[in-house]
Amino acid sequence: MSFWEYVGNRHTQLLTDTFQHASAVFQCMVLATVLGVLLGVATYRSEWAGNLATATTATILTVPSLALIGLLVPIVGLGVAPTVIALTLYGLLPVVRNAVVGLRGVDPALIDAARGIGMSRTARLLRVELPLAWPPILTGIRVSTQMLMGIAAIAAYASGPGLGNEIFRGISSLGSANALNQVLSGTLGIVVLALLFDAAYVLIGRLTIPRGIRA
Amino acid sequence: MPETTASGAGIALEHLTKRYPSSPAPAVDDVSMDIKPGETVILVGPSGCGKSTTLKMINRLIEPTSGRIMIGDEDVTGIDPVKLRRKVGYAIQSSGLFPHMTVAQNIALVPKMAGWPKAKVTGRVEEMLDLVGLDPREFHGRYPRQLSGGQQQRVGVARALAADPPVLLMDEPFGAVDPITRDHLQDELIRLQHELRKTIVFVTHDFDEAIKLGDRIAVLREHSHIAQFDTPEAILTNPADDFVSGFVGAGAALKRLNLTRVRDVAVVDFPTASVEDPLQSIFDLLRSGTTNEVLLLDRHRRPYKWLRRGDLMRAKGSLARAGTLVHDTVTRDATLRDALEAVLTDNAGRVAVTGRRGAYIGVVDVETLMNNVHDLLEADRLDALEHRHELEEQRARHTRLAQEGVDPAGGAHGVKA
Repeated sequence: MSFWEYVGNRHTQLLTDTFQHASAVFQCMVLATVLGVLLGVATYRSEWAGNLATATTATILTVPSLALIGLLVPIVGLGVAPTVIALTLYGLLPVVRNAVVGLRGVDPALIDAARGIGMSRTARLLRVELPLAWPPILTGIRVSTQMLMGIAAIAAYASGPGLGNEIFRGISSLGSANALNQVLSGTLGIVVLALLFDAAYVLIGRLTIPRGIRA
Repeated sequence: MPETTASGAGIALEHLTKRYPSSPAPAVDDVSMDIKPGETVILVGPSGCGKSTTLKMINRLIEPTSGRIMIGDEDVTGIDPVKLRRKVGYAIQSSGLFPHMTVAQNIALVPKMAGWPKAKVTGRVEEMLDLVGLDPREFHGRYPRQLSGGQQQRVGVARALAADPPVLLMDEPFGAVDPITRDHLQDELIRLQHELRKTIVFVTHDFDEAIKLGDRIAVLREHSHIAQFDTPEAILTNPADDFVSGFVGAGAALKRLNLTRVRDVAVVDFPTASVEDPLQSIFDLLRSGTTNEVLLLDRHRRPYKWLRRGDLMRAKGSLARAGTLVHDTVTRDATLRDALEAVLTDNAGRVAVTGRRGAYIGVVDVETLMNNVHDLLEADRLDALEHRHELEEQRARHTRLAQEGVDPAGGAHGVKA
């Protein structure tokens, strides 16, 4: 069976896997963004707290994904839970780091001006600091998403959703007729998804970054 | 409430001190200062003297270690700083505009925070742009990076004034623009202040800027000690000590000329004739012997030509060819420095002064200018002496009170000041 015949035959299964893959990455990314930005906001003002947040999230990233999922399974069981936890943790680093760097990079003169015209601390954060730090934060989210696309495939190891299932099925039946097709379709699906997400981020950037600070 | 306040509120700084834990010497040491409503006070001094720190304590961007700040009749040392800052306009160097907001959004910030209704905010934004000389339709939707430095600074001032605060603090606002633009912005500020009569506290390290803008100038030395706090005239003609005279720099008398306008000094009459006069009467006037030159005015009484006795003869009686054209005049509003410049460039050493629509008023020449300047400087000197005398008396009174133990705090300070 050629690759395209395989894709034609299994398209329902493939589309379901693709959709689940995208959905898992998207939801975990939303979670990682919210947590990451909150962490950044909570820590950027203090030198050591900001560095601690970055260092911690960096350490998480150095744990091999297979090992992390393996460690999570005995605690939270198989399926969706370990997938979501692992992906969210991995997604944190670029978001946290860029949030801290972005918020710290806001021109002190502008902070001074914001305080001087009578903005409260919350108003300053929401109306001045976060909007100005948004471009680097968005870049962080973009990098994170690309990374999660690949890591999400490992989730199949813990019976998670997504295109990883195709790849693992192929690997476990190496030598059989469809093994290569399975691995190939899973991998290609992830690549296509990654490109689509990236395009979406370009669009989001256009829509959410004010014209006055767009590069 | 604030938008009905036509003029500014007075500010009183009482024994303001700022200490930082990192250094033993205070950054600002026991500054007391009374600023009258509607007055423009300039804090000037070398860099690092604490003038900016002093300014920022007024809106409590920097919290004073001790001392008291009064705005109007209210003690603002303890109130919510956010509330305080909405009543105090704040303009800084390189404008401080938020780059992600349009010009209109930047200006609307403070009125919006103060809870103005939307329609009123929109109207106010247009009004403010108009006030600072920018066309609302053109600049409304622009982003700060699409403006020149001078335009940004104007928008910065518009934003500071948007909620009509009685007090405006300006921290080297024109420090980052080129000299020509700076000159324009200064003129603009003078015009604005003439209209609005806010209480302005302005920080600069440029003494010429201080002279130009200030009703009074506080010359500060390190730790924000006030070396002299007086009118520009008094500081120029009678600097309190070597530090002040060093800061005033060379050419104090020349700088003094910037402070007086031509209309404040006597202009002299000059024999004039009109181009519409019969030729014979002009001849007679020149030959009468009281003068050997007349100023020929055109149909609208504007200075047209200088005519010497021999000129008409040489031109064979043709007014069109005789005499030398007037190429420079000064208005009544020109400073004496401008007048001196014009007189010096004129080869006969005089310049015609014009009033409304360029009509002739009189003439200023080197001699009258010299006499006037002399009188001015003399008057300044007398004023300063009297002022110093008053200060000494006040100080003596404080000392006496302190010795009698009536008002130890005020008295002790009076001695030091």
